[in-house]
Amino acid sequence: MWEWSPIRDWLAERITAYWTTPLLILVQAVMVVVSLIIVMAYYTLAERKVIGWMQARKGPNRVNLLWIPGAAQPFADVFKLMFKEIVIPADASGFLFRLAPFLAMIPALGIWAVIPLSPVGVFANIDAGLLYVLALTSMGVYGIILAGWAANSKYAFLGAMRSAAQIVAYEIAMGFAMVGVLMASGSLNLGDIIGAQRGGALSWNWFWLFPLLIVYFISGVAETNRAPFDVAEGESEIVAGFHVDYSGMAFALFFIAEYVNMILISVLTVVFFFGGWLSPLDGYLPDTEWLAAPSFFWLGLKTLFPMFSFLWLRATFPRYRYDQIMRLGWKALIPVTLVWLLVEGVMMYWHVGPWKGHS
Amino acid sequence: MNGVRGFFKTFLLWELLQGLWVTLKNLFRRKVTINYPEEKTPQSARFRGLHALRRYPNGEERCIACKLCEAVCPALAITIESGVSSDGTRRTTRYDIDLFKCIYCGFCEEACPVDAIVETRLLEYHMENRGENIMSKDKLLGIGERYEAMIAADRAADARYR
Repeated sequence: MWEWSPIRDWLAERITAYWTTPLLILVQAVMVVVSLIIVMAYYTLAERKVIGWMQARKGPNRVNLLWIPGAAQPFADVFKLMFKEIVIPADASGFLFRLAPFLAMIPALGIWAVIPLSPVGVFANIDAGLLYVLALTSMGVYGIILAGWAANSKYAFLGAMRSAAQIVAYEIAMGFAMVGVLMASGSLNLGDIIGAQRGGALSWNWFWLFPLLIVYFISGVAETNRAPFDVAEGESEIVAGFHVDYSGMAFALFFIAEYVNMILISVLTVVFFFGGWLSPLDGYLPDTEWLAAPSFFWLGLKTLFPMFSFLWLRATFPRYRYDQIMRLGWKALIPVTLVWLLVEGVMMYWHVGPWKGHS
Repeated sequence: MNGVRGFFKTFLLWELLQGLWVTLKNLFRRKVTINYPEEKTPQSARFRGLHALRRYPNGEERCIACKLCEAVCPALAITIESGVSSDGTRRTTRYDIDLFKCIYCGFCEEACPVDAIVETRLLEYHMENRGENIMSKDKLLGIGERYEAMIAADRAADARYR
């Protein structure tokens, strides 16, 4: 990932040179995962705060950190969950019941290996990065299905079934939206996809692929089982869906997986449609200017908007009925992407748009 | 034509965008939360909270064991036994209110001909052990003695409307 020489030198001097590279990768992986979990923890706080504000409430403000009301709330939640017992129902399938939280969690963290965090900051710069992303996001549903099945509870099972059908339906629309990005950039490598959008805010994909952006984001909300597509949880009908029977840290793992997935969808939206780590002022300011240079700063800043949109959608919309979800997925989103792929193909044929280079 | 307009309204997510605008506006609205233990909402003089039994200024119990409150109580929360006291008057020997049964309707207070049983504006009380939910005569009289000034002021403020 980063050729970060202080850590590399430190490792090479004190530990055998042979192990330097694996250790470096390990250290960097731990750094990414830990910072991700901290971001996730504060994302849960942000969710409660933002939804509170939208309902004219103040949100959590009892656990203070550095005199900021509510700033230590995530830590209070984590410590509460850590001290709770993990109940395993007597009739549950024990092994699968224990396995499911990890199956939900590992793909959610694994995808971050190919996410380009900055121009040089990517763990595995693989050429089929987009396929890897698609494959691992689909893996996440196994955790949900196994959790619902292993708990041996009707409610959990119903939640798992709903979730599986929904994710299968929206994966198609999501895949088609990705095909549009693929046509525009001519590469499956996430770094190259960002590189192809070079040149200021208007040459990013969102402008020419706007319908695909909307479809992608809606599918992303459905993929992560978030409101208004959270029938898998459906607390008014099936209590909490697939994780009714999980408690303590086992539940926390599902929780972490869900929020990490939300952050992931936000980052991917930015990578595909908002130029990743590219600066919006690129081309408007001289290249030497810090603000015009591509950096992690821009990726982080741009990611905040889709992340906020997740919370905004949840505060605004009531839950879709199950048949409405299916109708939206199959009869609205997929036709829209298909039509726009056709339009994009015609535009490429007539050399309209920023992707003239590789028709 | 209406069908076409409806189609485009749905397809372009017009109504959803309107909804998003509403929540976005509320994001910046003044918050209505009251930080409860530090801040409290104003309370009416007629607030119906914890019960109390009052005494006359000369120290004599007001309650004459007429059992009107027991009769009117819709939740059957009041239990009264009566007897003759040392000075020959009719008094209660037992006056229990079960706070778990009580629905705080205030009918006992309305029914009482001598303003003996009242509901005060106290609402922050709790029980730690089984049985503490029964307010005995001693406890009720104790509350009445401790908060007599507040109770009398609240009755005086409400007297015009009775």
